[in-house]
Amino acid sequence: MKSLEEIREIRNKMKDTIEIRKNNALGTNEKHILVCAGTGCTSSNSLELIENLKKEVQEKHIENIRVIKTGCFGLCAKGPIVVIHPDDIFYSHVQPEDAIDIVNGIQNNEIITRLLCKDVDDKIVEKIHDLTFYKLQQRIALKNCGNINPENIDEYIGNDGYLALEKALFEMTPLDVIAEVKNSGLRGRGGAGFSTGMKWEFARNSESDVKYVLCNADEGDPGAFMDRSILEGDPHAILEAMMIAGYAIGASKGYIYVRAEYPIAVHRLEVAIEQSRDYGILGKNIWGTNFNFDIEIRLGAGAFVCGEETALMRSIEGKRGEPRPRPPFPAVKGLFDKPTLLNNVETYANIAQIILNGSQWYRGIGTETSKGTKVFALGGNINNVGLVEVPMGVTLRQIIFDIGGGISNNKEFKAAQTGGPSGGCIPKECLDVPIDYDSLASIGSMMGSGGLIVMDETKCMVNIAKFFMEFIVDESCGKCPPCRIGTKRMLEILTRITEGKGEEGDIERLEELARNIKASSLCGLGQTAPNSILSTLKYFRDEYEAHIKEKRCPAGVCKAMTKVVIDKEKCKGCSICAQNCPVGAIHGELKSPFEINPDICIRCGVCIEKCPFKAISRK
Amino acid sequence: MEKEKTVNLIIDGKECCVPSNYTILQAAIDNGIDIPTLCYLKEINQIGACRMCIVQVEGMRGFVTSCTQPVSEGMIVRTNTPELIDARRVTLELILSNHDNSCTTCSRNTNCELQALSKRMNIMDIEFKGEKTQREIDNLSPSIVRDPNKCILCKRCVAVCKNVQKIGAIDTMNRGFNSTIGSTFEKSLADVNCVNCGQCIQACPTGALSENDSTNEVWKALRDNEKYVVVQTAPAVRAALGEEFGMPIGTLVTGKMVAGLKRLGFDKVFDTNTGADLTIMEEANELIERLNNKGTIPMITSCSPGWIKYIEHHYPELLDHLSTCKSPHQMFGAIIKSYFAQKENIEPSKIYVVSVMPCVAKKFESKRDEMKVNNLPDVDAVITTRELAKMFKQANIDFVQLPDEQFDVPMGEATGAAVIFGTTGGVMEAALRTAQDILTGKSMEKIDFTEVRGSKGIKEATIEINGIKLNIAVAHGLGNAQTILDSMQKGECKYHFIEIMACPGGCIMGGGQPIKTAKQRATIDIMGLRAKALYNADKALPIRKSHENPFIKKLYEEFLEKPGSHKSHELLHTNYIKRQLYK
Repeated sequence: MKSLEEIREIRNKMKDTIEIRKNNALGTNEKHILVCAGTGCTSSNSLELIENLKKEVQEKHIENIRVIKTGCFGLCAKGPIVVIHPDDIFYSHVQPEDAIDIVNGIQNNEIITRLLCKDVDDKIVEKIHDLTFYKLQQRIALKNCGNINPENIDEYIGNDGYLALEKALFEMTPLDVIAEVKNSGLRGRGGAGFSTGMKWEFARNSESDVKYVLCNADEGDPGAFMDRSILEGDPHAILEAMMIAGYAIGASKGYIYVRAEYPIAVHRLEVAIEQSRDYGILGKNIWGTNFNFDIEIRLGAGAFVCGEETALMRSIEGKRGEPRPRPPFPAVKGLFDKPTLLNNVETYANIAQIILNGSQWYRGIGTETSKGTKVFALGGNINNVGLVEVPMGVTLRQIIFDIGGGISNNKEFKAAQTGGPSGGCIPKECLDVPIDYDSLASIGSMMGSGGLIVMDETKCMVNIAKFFMEFIVDESCGKCPPCRIGTKRMLEILTRITEGKGEEGDIERLEELARNIKASSLCGLGQTAPNSILSTLKYFRDEYEAHIKEKRCPAGVCKAMTKVVIDKEKCKGCSICAQNCPVGAIHGELKSPFEINPDICIRCGVCIEKCPFKAISRK
Repeated sequence: MEKEKTVNLIIDGKECCVPSNYTILQAAIDNGIDIPTLCYLKEINQIGACRMCIVQVEGMRGFVTSCTQPVSEGMIVRTNTPELIDARRVTLELILSNHDNSCTTCSRNTNCELQALSKRMNIMDIEFKGEKTQREIDNLSPSIVRDPNKCILCKRCVAVCKNVQKIGAIDTMNRGFNSTIGSTFEKSLADVNCVNCGQCIQACPTGALSENDSTNEVWKALRDNEKYVVVQTAPAVRAALGEEFGMPIGTLVTGKMVAGLKRLGFDKVFDTNTGADLTIMEEANELIERLNNKGTIPMITSCSPGWIKYIEHHYPELLDHLSTCKSPHQMFGAIIKSYFAQKENIEPSKIYVVSVMPCVAKKFESKRDEMKVNNLPDVDAVITTRELAKMFKQANIDFVQLPDEQFDVPMGEATGAAVIFGTTGGVMEAALRTAQDILTGKSMEKIDFTEVRGSKGIKEATIEINGIKLNIAVAHGLGNAQTILDSMQKGECKYHFIEIMACPGGCIMGGGQPIKTAKQRATIDIMGLRAKALYNADKALPIRKSHENPFIKKLYEEFLEKPGSHKSHELLHTNYIKRQLYK
């Protein structure tokens, strides 16, 4: 247990440490080697690297070098990442055996050039903040990620951690807190974008002896890892925000619902909760006030639908994760039938900053209707796969081509998928739309939780729609027929289109199904399920038509649609192809060119392999 | 009492004033607006799953489900816009696209809510064809058949099993298109804690749940010249059978039923009520014995086989509280194959006893090993009210036109006490009528024990007889039974005698009775009407106390000696077994 004064002392004591990370040496000669220990870099041996660095420092009795494991730096494509402060040096693709060179380099004041990376313009960059990737970002939610040791509460406290809680408890009433959040314009980062302050107000206004504060960490969109990175890099920020929320709405119990597939995040949350309890930050009569708060972790088994708020609550209750119609809204009747506030991880990650810096500061960032920043997980055919945080209102082009470093393998951009399976595909015509909740919705996609998958020219958009529909069909809970059966029927239609069996009227059938599934489904999963089809139909209708009418896949992706043909010039009429064809699709007279009957051919390619004259090919 | 709060709203242009705690659907029903539903079962299943009851509310985004949306002042609701009609059609077509649409060979043909809705919505073709769920039919239970291929996942069965009966033998498994309703580890209903009450059948809008049909066995017995086929009918059957022929709910059709059974070719048509009178003799005697000899108290009735299986699975440690009496039709079967066989000089093994019951659990009960005497089952086949109706129809019997006929003598005599067995509180009332006379040694004037009548889930009373205060309770529906059993386990139970029926409402609402639609269940007091028919029948009978039944008196004189005799125990009493939750 630590008193408020002791917490303040820790903050003071940690000041130098934090300043070094901010590249202010302050007259000390201390060096901090920060190594990413997020999921991505960990899987590329960054933990072994940390061990090696520590061993090196220890064995050489170096007093002024500290090795710190941190959360994600964001530039995952270049991991494992090492940053050296206060000099700001950025090393990429660092291997465990590089430890010796790195330590020697620091001692000799040398930069290991082979570990430096190239920027978009192919220039070698030494310092992290010179990278275009970071230059255009504004980090609020990711403030501590890659900056502090997430398993050390003192580092969090040192970087103004739990200061917002202190401010809320001692300088603000619960209504002040709600007003501040409301005025900030913060909208839910889980996808729907509802006003966070209003949500808090509703929960505040429900009368009950017991209320709950929940954190939705059931990040389920394919390609999305914003929430995971925040939990891995800055778990205390989530605990602090939940406590502030608890104070604001009058709750003393919180649950974090997190996927079991995020073991590092779960572990760091467990460590953070334990440390907070040890320090007396979580617990009873916090800092001598009459405010009590404690947090428990609940593991989800990975069902996508459990990210839907009512399903999530049922899952915490130990029931089958199925959504239910609202009303009653969770703010009135939620977990265990008590008033409940649920926010997403990234939403919470903004709270302490809003309380500390004020709503006016926050309102100054972003667009008219969408304030603040948004974290995106860049994936797919993009050079800088990773995590970025940008002010609302930047364009997709800036994210993909400036921060993201453009399309990989020098290919052309074709589309970007935002919002995961509930979102839509955005074509290049829309690259310059400033991104916020409303603009994305207006072009047929959605913000979603922030997954951003980039697709190059080689992708077949019908196949992409099919991929997302497969995901939806797998993840539908099955409660309501439009989603349970309707998405299955849409997938069946898409499958037959990609198999070259598309029928006249299939596009219209897809549209009719999509319209009704959107309108009739019970929950957000079903209501947004057709978006990938609708957006691809909107922007890439010609591809659907080519598949159905011409039995042709313009991107050459759909196997069944490729034709196997014999070049009459090259064919010598040896009949080897016909002898090897498993379905008897090839006919001809010896010594004159053979022919393939496309109605029988299954495009297996055996004939292509067997032809001694290379006369057979796919077209 | 405070005046009920009301709100005003407009539905399809009609001004409606309804209680403020109503849903839009309830408000619509009360105001003659018929919003289609599939998963809705009033107060049991209001989950907004089927998306049929969607409506549009001015100022609200998208469609809202009227079964879950509360009314509010000034609400303007539309239930029939072209968008809604189209959305419902597409959803319905999707359901049909994954439904075994073999209507002509379905047990629910012409009595299926899905079929009726398809007709009503003018579905002439299913546009969205595709893969269909194909799962094995579970017909291993003697009582209930589950056909998952006809299931539309409305979850009405799950809700009634879990929330009303508080058993939870079935629930949703898997997800998405692979969702299915099933039991623990996908076992058969025969191998889990299903008690065979059949309330799930009553809840099912389609043919996914039905009774395990025994009509063919009965037809076979009727064709067999070697067999002497005797039929007996439970009291609740006569209060509901007419519904299967379009007669109003609550029409008593005893005479027509007997006439029809005679035309089917049964050698004798007896009344299970006679067995009920016998049960009262044995049960009242058992109660008095227990009270006098410090036996296990409270004693709980044992007429309801669903209830018996429930306590065997869930509270096996309380089995000693059960009366050892067999249920009336089993007692009566045993008497037919002993006393009657002797009297008529028929070889007992040649007698085939058919019981017509409002119950599907009776099918299971009749097959229990404990229900045999000298290796002969007391009852050979059980058919439900619904199955009897089917047999009448097969035999070209115009039920409505039948004359009234009488049960066969001498075993057809029964009292008013027996006829009310069919409704909750009836066994208790019948037992009290006899117990008060035995304890006082005189014929008491009080016959109607109205304190145990009515639809309340748990009815309690203290009856004073000859200075003895008897605390009694009547529970119907296993959820209510659970409340009482839990209080017994905690040692908080103050009752001497408890009547428990598995089905909410008692036998008149049994799993074998005519199936009513969700709308009928929401708008008609089915239980009240059927119960009234039985109470009227009781009132109209000259003898209303079981021990005054002349046949019963003769039976004891000539055959059984006295209640609780050695012979009685051999023929009329049983024992119970502890069961695991699943095999």
